[in-house]
Amino acid sequence: MAGSVLFDAPGPKTVARHRLYALLTYLGLAGLVALFVWRMHDRGQLDYERYWEVFVTPAYVEVLLTGLLDTLQMAAAAIVLAVAFGLAFGVGKLSEHRWLRWPSWLVVEFFRAVPVIILMIFLASAFSYGDGPLSRFWCVVIALLLYNGAVLAEVFRAGINAVPRGQVEAAYALGMRKSQVMAQIQLPQAVKTMLPALISQCVVALKDTSLGTIIVAPGLTYVFDKITGEFRNHVAAALVITAMYVTVNLLLTALATWVQRRYVGEKRPVAFDPGQGGVVPLTTGEDAGRS
Amino acid sequence: MEAVFSDFDEYLKAFGLTLLLFVVSGAASLVLGLFLAALRVGPVSIMRRAAALYVIMFRNTPLLMIFVFMMFAMPRLGVTFLFVEEVRIGDWNPSAFFTRASLALTLYTSAFVCEAFRSGINAVPLGQAEAARSIGLTFGQSMRLVVLPQAGRAVIPPLTSVQVALLKNTSVAAAFGMAEAAYYMRTSLNNHADQRPEIFLMIAIGYVVLVELVTLSSYALERRWKVA
Repeated sequence: MAGSVLFDAPGPKTVARHRLYALLTYLGLAGLVALFVWRMHDRGQLDYERYWEVFVTPAYVEVLLTGLLDTLQMAAAAIVLAVAFGLAFGVGKLSEHRWLRWPSWLVVEFFRAVPVIILMIFLASAFSYGDGPLSRFWCVVIALLLYNGAVLAEVFRAGINAVPRGQVEAAYALGMRKSQVMAQIQLPQAVKTMLPALISQCVVALKDTSLGTIIVAPGLTYVFDKITGEFRNHVAAALVITAMYVTVNLLLTALATWVQRRYVGEKRPVAFDPGQGGVVPLTTGEDAGRS
Repeated sequence: MEAVFSDFDEYLKAFGLTLLLFVVSGAASLVLGLFLAALRVGPVSIMRRAAALYVIMFRNTPLLMIFVFMMFAMPRLGVTFLFVEEVRIGDWNPSAFFTRASLALTLYTSAFVCEAFRSGINAVPLGQAEAARSIGLTFGQSMRLVVLPQAGRAVIPPLTSVQVALLKNTSVAAAFGMAEAAYYMRTSLNNHADQRPEIFLMIAIGYVVLVELVTLSSYALERRWKVA
C-alpha cells in the first residue's frame, strides 16, 4: 500500500518537522555507533595485535574458511536430504490412502513443532557420544533434515495444491495414471512456484547449523569457540563470524530474488505459513523467524 | 518414563522457565516490532531505512550469534544488566542472566514481528485507504477506522508463526546454561542413559503441547475478530 495515499503532500511545516525527525534519527544512530566504538576503545577491545590480528593471520584465516566450509556442507547436505524428505511426506499427505496420509501428517506435525536443538541433543547423546556410529556433523545434518524436511513437506503440499485443478483434470482426460499426473503434470508446475521458498529455507538451514555448537559439532561456531578460547577476543570474533554468516545469507537471498524474477516472473510464489496451515503469497522471501 | 515422572516437578519447572522466557520476550518483541513497523511505513526516509537495515541484519544473523553477543561480548564491553537484579515484581526478581537471554530473543524476534506487521498493513487493499481519504477522513481517522482494523486481522496468522518460532527458539538459551526444557533434557539424558527415547519424547510432547496452545488460541482470536 502506498504510504502517499494516506496523507496529503506535506506542507512547509510538516516538511520542517520531518527534517527535524530525520536529523534526530541521524544523531541517534551516530550516537549509537559512537557509543559502541567508544566502549570498544574504553575496554581495550580495539587492540589490534591482541584481538584482531588473528583474523588476517593466514593459518587462522584457513581455520575460519574450513569452518565456513563445514557450515556450508552441513547446510547443503541438510537441504538436499530435506527436499527428498519433504517431497515424500508432502506427496504422502496428499495421498488418497488413509494409511499413508495419517502417518505422513503425524511425522510432519511432530518435527515442525519440536525445536531443532533438542533433536540435535537427542541424536548426539543417543548415537554419537562415546563411540556412537554417527559423527557430530551427521547429527546436525539429520536434525536439520527432519525439521526442514517437515517444513518443506508443507511447502510442497501447498505448491501442488496451487496447481490449477483443470491441469489435473485434463491429464486424467488424456488417460494418464495417478502417479503420472503427479510426476509429469503437478510436480513440475509446483516446483517452479516453490523455488524462492526453497531458497529462503536454505537461509534457515544455514542459520540453524550454528546450533550444532551445543553438541560441539564442526562449523563456524566451533571455530568461534576455538579462537576465543585461545585469544579471549569474544567481541572481535563475534563480529567477524556474524559478518560471515550475514554475507552468505545475503548472497542466498539475492539468489532467491534473482531466481524468482528469472523463473517465476509475475506469478506470486507460494510459501507455507505454519500458523495458518495454508498457502500465503510470498513477496520478499519471508520465513517466520525460524532460528 | 520413570526418569521423568520421578522428578516431574523438575520437568514442570523447566517448562515453566521456557514459558516465562517466551512470554517476556514475546511481549517485548511485539512492542519493539510494532515500533519498527511504524518506522518502516512512516514518511521519514532515514527512519524507514534504519528500520529496514535492522530487519535485514537481524533476520540474517543466527539467533545463536545474537546470544553470543549478549552473553559473551556485551559483558566485555561493560554491559551486564546487573541493575535489573534490584527490580522486584511481586515475589519474582529477574536475574541479569535471564534479562540478557530474553533481550537476545527479543532483538531477534522483533525483526520478524516487524515484517509480519508490515505485511499485514500491505495486505489492506489500496482502494480502502483511497476510499477513506476520499470521504474526507484525516490520516488519523483513516488509519484508526479503516486501515488498522483490517490490518490487525490480516496480521494474526503471520504473527502466530513468528511467536511459535520464538517459543521453539527459547531452547537456544540452553546452550548458554539457562535451565529451561532443552537444558533439562540434556542433563536428564546424561543421568538416565537407559531411557533416552522416553525422555526425548516427553520433552518433545511438552513443546508440541505448548505450540498447539499458542496456535489454537490464535485460531480462537481469529474467529472472534472475523467479519462475516
